[in-house]
Amino acid sequence: MKFAVVVFPGSNCDQDCFYIIKDVLKRPVKYIWHKDTALDGVDCVVLPGGFSYGDYLRTGAIARFSPVMNAITGFAKKGGSIIGICNGFQILLEAGLLPGVMLRNRGLHFICKPVYIKADNNQTRFTNLYNIGQVLKIPIAHNEGNYYIDAKGLKELKDNHQVVFRYCSAAGDVNDRYNPNGAVDNIAGITNKKGNILGMMPHPERSSEIKLGSTDGYFIFKSIIDWLENKKTC
Amino acid sequence: MLRPDIYHSLGLSDKEYLQVLKILKREPTNTELAMFSVEWSEHCGYLCSRKWLKILPKTGKYKTLIGEDSGGIIIGDLAIVFKMESHNHPSQIEPKQGAATGVGGIIRDIFTAGARPIACLDSLRFGPLSQAYNKYLIRGVVDGIQFYGNCVGVPTVGGEIYFDQSYNGNCLVNAMCIGVTKKDKLMRARAFGAGNAIMYVGSSTGRDGIGGCSILASHEFKEGEEKRPTVQVGDPFTEKCLIEATLEAIATGYLVGIKDMGAAGLTCCTSEMASAGNSGMDVELQAVPRREKKMEPWEVMMSESQERMLVCVKKGKEEQIKKLFLKWDLNASVIGKVTSDGLVTIRDNGKIVARINARALTKAPVYAMPYRKPGYLRKLDKLELNRIPAPKDYNKVLLKLMAAPSIANKAWAYEQYDHMVQTNTVVLPGSDAAVLRLKGTNKAIAATTDCNSRYCFLNPYRGAQIAIAEAARNLVCSGARPAAVTDCLNFGNPEKPESFWQFKNCLEGIADACKSFKVAVVSGNVSFYNESPKSAINPTPAIGMIGIINDIDKACSQNFKQEGDTIILLGCCRQELGASEYLKEIHNLNMGAVPRLDLELEQAVQRTCLEAAEKGLVHSAHDCSEGGLAVALAECCISDKEKMIGANINKLSYGMRPDALLFGESQSRIILSCSAGSVEKIRKIALKFKAPFCIIGKTAGRVLRILNDTKELIYLPLEYLNEEWSGSLKKKIEG
Repeated sequence: MKFAVVVFPGSNCDQDCFYIIKDVLKRPVKYIWHKDTALDGVDCVVLPGGFSYGDYLRTGAIARFSPVMNAITGFAKKGGSIIGICNGFQILLEAGLLPGVMLRNRGLHFICKPVYIKADNNQTRFTNLYNIGQVLKIPIAHNEGNYYIDAKGLKELKDNHQVVFRYCSAAGDVNDRYNPNGAVDNIAGITNKKGNILGMMPHPERSSEIKLGSTDGYFIFKSIIDWLENKKTC
Repeated sequence: MLRPDIYHSLGLSDKEYLQVLKILKREPTNTELAMFSVEWSEHCGYLCSRKWLKILPKTGKYKTLIGEDSGGIIIGDLAIVFKMESHNHPSQIEPKQGAATGVGGIIRDIFTAGARPIACLDSLRFGPLSQAYNKYLIRGVVDGIQFYGNCVGVPTVGGEIYFDQSYNGNCLVNAMCIGVTKKDKLMRARAFGAGNAIMYVGSSTGRDGIGGCSILASHEFKEGEEKRPTVQVGDPFTEKCLIEATLEAIATGYLVGIKDMGAAGLTCCTSEMASAGNSGMDVELQAVPRREKKMEPWEVMMSESQERMLVCVKKGKEEQIKKLFLKWDLNASVIGKVTSDGLVTIRDNGKIVARINARALTKAPVYAMPYRKPGYLRKLDKLELNRIPAPKDYNKVLLKLMAAPSIANKAWAYEQYDHMVQTNTVVLPGSDAAVLRLKGTNKAIAATTDCNSRYCFLNPYRGAQIAIAEAARNLVCSGARPAAVTDCLNFGNPEKPESFWQFKNCLEGIADACKSFKVAVVSGNVSFYNESPKSAINPTPAIGMIGIINDIDKACSQNFKQEGDTIILLGCCRQELGASEYLKEIHNLNMGAVPRLDLELEQAVQRTCLEAAEKGLVHSAHDCSEGGLAVALAECCISDKEKMIGANINKLSYGMRPDALLFGESQSRIILSCSAGSVEKIRKIALKFKAPFCIIGKTAGRVLRILNDTKELIYLPLEYLNEEWSGSLKKKIEG
């Protein structure tokens, strides 16, 4: 299977994602420039973190108009696998590929630190190697990670099991004390209804090697590889 | 003849103006006058400092590289390039943009050397947080660093934040950047080869920052001056694109040289690149991309607009390079060519507006400044210990010190910085030094910044030596071999002999200590005129030091790792309370003898720590600095908030004042923890290097307990210590 990492001007986790896929997971991966119009035989697209277009105007607001987004939307419609991390998540929201919006962190500060998230759903192609309720230590690094969706939207997300990750304590308690940014219902990551697109604020590529203190993020990439290579059905 | 008030207002003296006339053999044009004024400003020309900078060692145990705008060392086939630079005055006026553009500038100095920037550190100093303006400053500066560094994708992995009365009215913002490249990809800031193209790349030119370096950085602050328009505005998004485009351009092999347009902008770039390449340059200003209309030639030459660079490109390859920058939506415009006449020729629509010998323009006069030992030293040296009352409750003192802003945990700041992007940060901020892996190797580098400016105020020579010693100590505590130094020398007005004496003595201290450790000073920056209307800052030679870890798995951090480990103290505790944080915070005294520094003892302690770490015998290592033994032990206990481990220190036996034992800042001390099985092995290493070795207790429980003989001095649950240490800075800044 083949990965692609999209590079927008201002992406800054593109090389980190590339490194994890190529050197840690040992799978083929290529960069796709934001002005490209075709994905060419890719199985999974990663929209990396960073500050696409400087996040000027609003996070992800300009990137969604990049030429490559047409190809990505088409790929999504055909059921292709897409992971948006941090700024990539924000771009997917702006592009309407995932529901909801992102507000500034409630403390009005950028926050970079390891946090705990709980895997609420292991029936997705991105999370099939986790146990339900498993607590993962994965860092966040963002200014706008305060996920918001209205009550109706939230109910829909829950009814369809689209909430994949929620912020929690080391012991797995999900409550406001362990909500770093004010996100609705402690939401850290969601999928679309079809389950082929994942958006998450924490950075799994920063917790995929023992040297960096945690390998909990590794299994997101590994799940998708297993799913695609073994044609698991989730 | 030009009226003296005109060139005086640009900062040129009568004598300097006469020299300009001698070089040109005629009256200067407006543009030429502007060019001389910025090139010969203290900030760009190092007029006062150059004579003394020569004493710093340029070689050490690692092979060094000294470039025009940065320096570094060679490790195998890799070059590690790094430099620290000040942005003090802009930050005092406009903290967010001042700090942001400081970060942007230092990052450009690194990637124009051909290296990918992999980490930044920031050494910051402010006046007391009891004053509202200082809170505004620290918030703004931290905001500026996060705004720029996070977006540009270079992790901010460390640094320091100190508070002292002397920075009231003149904060210090020193930014350091580290980059890595293959050694054959290194670039120099040179233009040569007649006919090669001179290209301007990056943002367009506006009127921002005109005179920033010559006016702002080369004079002290006076009451009520409006200088905000001289501060530039940063655009980290453009810089991120510039990094990628520049590294791609360098990879083509078509570049001859490249230089950041920092202080003094186009003036500095044209004249210094030509001079460094033994050539001349002919440049047409109409080809310079602009964002403002009707700019005068001298304004274009003086502008300090950010995110711009000058590139010398091999003849015939201009289009390929242009295409590369256009891909990133960046300007790239051929503005001239290299000549062999040694002259910088500047044209406006073909008409020559300046023509100066490049070598002469870049060779600013050197001054031998007079110096004199300041009178305050005699008065402050005498500390009568028996006049200082012994505290009744040492627990209270320790808690107060843990909450002192200079000691308290700095998570409030570093959690606002992306310190993990690029996924190299192996030891995160909050330990003695940051550790970064070098991908593709088994090696890592450690980096730290250090300077205790109170020591430097009370004894500049020893204070500067201690800054070097402590930086090296922080590195060995991380398991790294001290390798090379960059310095950012912040001082007051060099025209005042007392101030210059501080500068000279600090430099001698740095030079002597570096020679002892066999580390070279590969890059640096001088910032004078750090004075408010009330006083000068403490002399602050901030030291940035890089160390090498040969086996990344042996990297070490300061927090205790497990219960039941043996705690070892390397070094000696002496009765030394002078110049301590304890005297300042508890007794409100800023005086006394600076702790002794015996470089042989220091080396013995450091070699022991390093060898023990490299052999994998050590679980944690932490040096004793501000707040002494008690604060260092407390930090070992609580640095890892998720896994706090207490200590029972029951083997101390010192016949001295308890406050001196607990809080005195004797140098050359390191606290190690290790499993019982490693103790004898470490003792043998200590014996070999003749380092004082002492088992002082064991890790245990959730309490820090310190006894001297049988007398219990400290008994504190870790939660109490953590509350003061972790919460206080945020409370003082935001509360």
